[in-house]
Amino acid sequence: MKTHARKFAFAAALLMCGAAAFAQSGTQTVKIAVLSDMSSLYADIGGPGSVAAAKLAIADFAKVNPNLKVELISADHQNKPDIGSSLATQWYDTDKVDMIVDVPGSGVALAVSQVANQKNKVFIVSGAASSALTGDKCSPNTVHWTYDTWMLANGTGTAIVKTGGDTWFFLTADYAFGYALEGDTVAAVEKAGGKVLGKVRHPTNTNDFSSFLLQAQASKAKIIGLANAGGDTINSIKQGAEFGIVKGGQKFAGLLVFASDVNALGLQTAQGLTLTETWYWDANDANRDWTKRWQQERQGKFPTMVQAGVYSAVTHYLKAVSALKSSADGKAVVAKMKELPTDDPLFGKGTIRADGRKIHDAYLFEVKKPEESKYPGDFYNLRATIPAAEAFRPLKGGGCPLVSG
Amino acid sequence: MFEIFGIPSQALFGQLLIGLINGSFYALLSLGLAVIFGMLNIINFTHGAQYMLGAFAAYLLLQLTGLGYWPALVIAPILVGLSGIVIERTMLQWLYKLDHLYGLLLTFGIALILEGVFRNYYGSSGQPYQLPPSLSGGQNLGFMFLPNYRAWVVVTSLVVCFGTWFVIEKTRLGANLRAATENPTLVRAFGINVPRMITLTYGFGVGLAALAGVMAAPIYNVSPQMGSDIIIVVFAVVVIGGMGSILGAILTGFGLGVIEGLTKVFFPEASNTVIFVIMAVVLLIRPAGLFGRTA
Repeated sequence: MKTHARKFAFAAALLMCGAAAFAQSGTQTVKIAVLSDMSSLYADIGGPGSVAAAKLAIADFAKVNPNLKVELISADHQNKPDIGSSLATQWYDTDKVDMIVDVPGSGVALAVSQVANQKNKVFIVSGAASSALTGDKCSPNTVHWTYDTWMLANGTGTAIVKTGGDTWFFLTADYAFGYALEGDTVAAVEKAGGKVLGKVRHPTNTNDFSSFLLQAQASKAKIIGLANAGGDTINSIKQGAEFGIVKGGQKFAGLLVFASDVNALGLQTAQGLTLTETWYWDANDANRDWTKRWQQERQGKFPTMVQAGVYSAVTHYLKAVSALKSSADGKAVVAKMKELPTDDPLFGKGTIRADGRKIHDAYLFEVKKPEESKYPGDFYNLRATIPAAEAFRPLKGGGCPLVSG
Repeated sequence: MFEIFGIPSQALFGQLLIGLINGSFYALLSLGLAVIFGMLNIINFTHGAQYMLGAFAAYLLLQLTGLGYWPALVIAPILVGLSGIVIERTMLQWLYKLDHLYGLLLTFGIALILEGVFRNYYGSSGQPYQLPPSLSGGQNLGFMFLPNYRAWVVVTSLVVCFGTWFVIEKTRLGANLRAATENPTLVRAFGINVPRMITLTYGFGVGLAALAGVMAAPIYNVSPQMGSDIIIVVFAVVVIGGMGSILGAILTGFGLGVIEGLTKVFFPEASNTVIFVIMAVVLLIRPAGLFGRTA
């Protein structure tokens, strides 16, 4: 038995060496890795759906540029920064990965951003939200693609204060992302003339929010701002309905709510919720067509903006690499990405700023009532479009050292 | 209105009640675990997954057959209990004579498989399950708004917990069961079918987990990882209460729910860890747990 196992291991090792040699001797090969939460609370936001999106981007790019050989791998970072950064190190160092994409969870994303910078490779964030990624923690190797906390705060926060929601209480996830989202929203609310009455910070992956909801209820704030994500947001809203929060005259502001969350809540519970997103699958024909292709791999699911962002990001990255004819120097690739205008079927035309922030329009949506929804996935009414120039933090406002002057 | 540690007393009463409600889930789940450990000597790591199965059974019954909350409350525990019996007959029964570790590894493996299968089909963000209309709404108690559903959860859980305790500790059936755990050969000699009793006990313990799952479905997110989120806490509850002690599991479940609830007011960031701190302290002072007997 033992000798068999040894022979098998030896054969496997030989095969692996062979594969590595083959990869090195090919023409131009680019290796992309999707690093995401594959199994926990953010897995439906990014996860396997991000891998499916990256595959579509690679397939579409190959139709126009058959010369570039693109390999795709993926792994689960389990929402742990140490696992994320050690995977990234291994990928960049020994597995010849050129670019890592997605990475929901700001703690993990900030860690991977540092690794990408040390190894001079490329890192494109779609899943993580912290605006620090293009603020004081910005990096010449990192691009932040889909959305960030400043944009969410500014979109949802300002809109709500304008419609009379001027006193706020925050339920904040107790880690980097929650602090960033809370901080940015507080700034947006106070700027618009609102007031913050209190806040409570809860551990991530909390099951029961009733205690926190009771504190929010007692604060008498008109708006309960949810500076959390995924399962935490779902549980807050679901239990809020049970505790009569909305009936009692208070309203939830879902500062980061994805289509997958609305699906999990059901329209009955989620109706009337105001939220900001940069992409919605049912917004136009191009998005709907893409969604159909995506659903061939992810049956019965609806893509989130994070997954669409992965498609868009991979597309633009491949454009930059094929223009440079090399993926070796990460800083050069990112510089090229910033130089070329972005253009893809999902996000349309856009640009990447000096601080690594990708710029496009954002949309203020309201979740439909159950009777307004005509078919599965018919989630939102569009309330306002926030033009690209106003949607994100002004270039000089973030304190990114890459921005001169 | 007076204040306690800077918190208005009214808010504090509310939090105590909330703690009791959460504690009732801990109590129901740890009760099942304690019964299984006490009677079978198996550390049932599948318990969380079986709780999740209960919630999903309720969800699927509604989707596929249109059966709502009340039928699900009966059918789901029976279905999941039966699946537990299959697991016990085909796999667990071979492990009783071996070290605890084997049972732990097997049940942990089954839990991972179940969770993975459900994640594959239903994703991680979960499925909606509405409150039963007859229990929606709530009462204004003056110091807090108590949803009717939560009141129902506390009452049901208390009835089920103490009913189980009574059957096992105070009836003839329970006496047989306890005797069978102590000395199976002797009890067999009296003409009692011990293996069948053990199988049914496992099925019952698993059914309790499923019952908790159905009760959780309308208020927590029905998602594949809902079990693994709660099971670690429940294990801590069982350890604090004393492995295999049924009354210990029930009282500790409610008690820790209250302590966790209070932590959420005074130091919310620590609310996930407070139970483990207590566990460490209890293990230092009373290694057999608060209600456990040292062998």
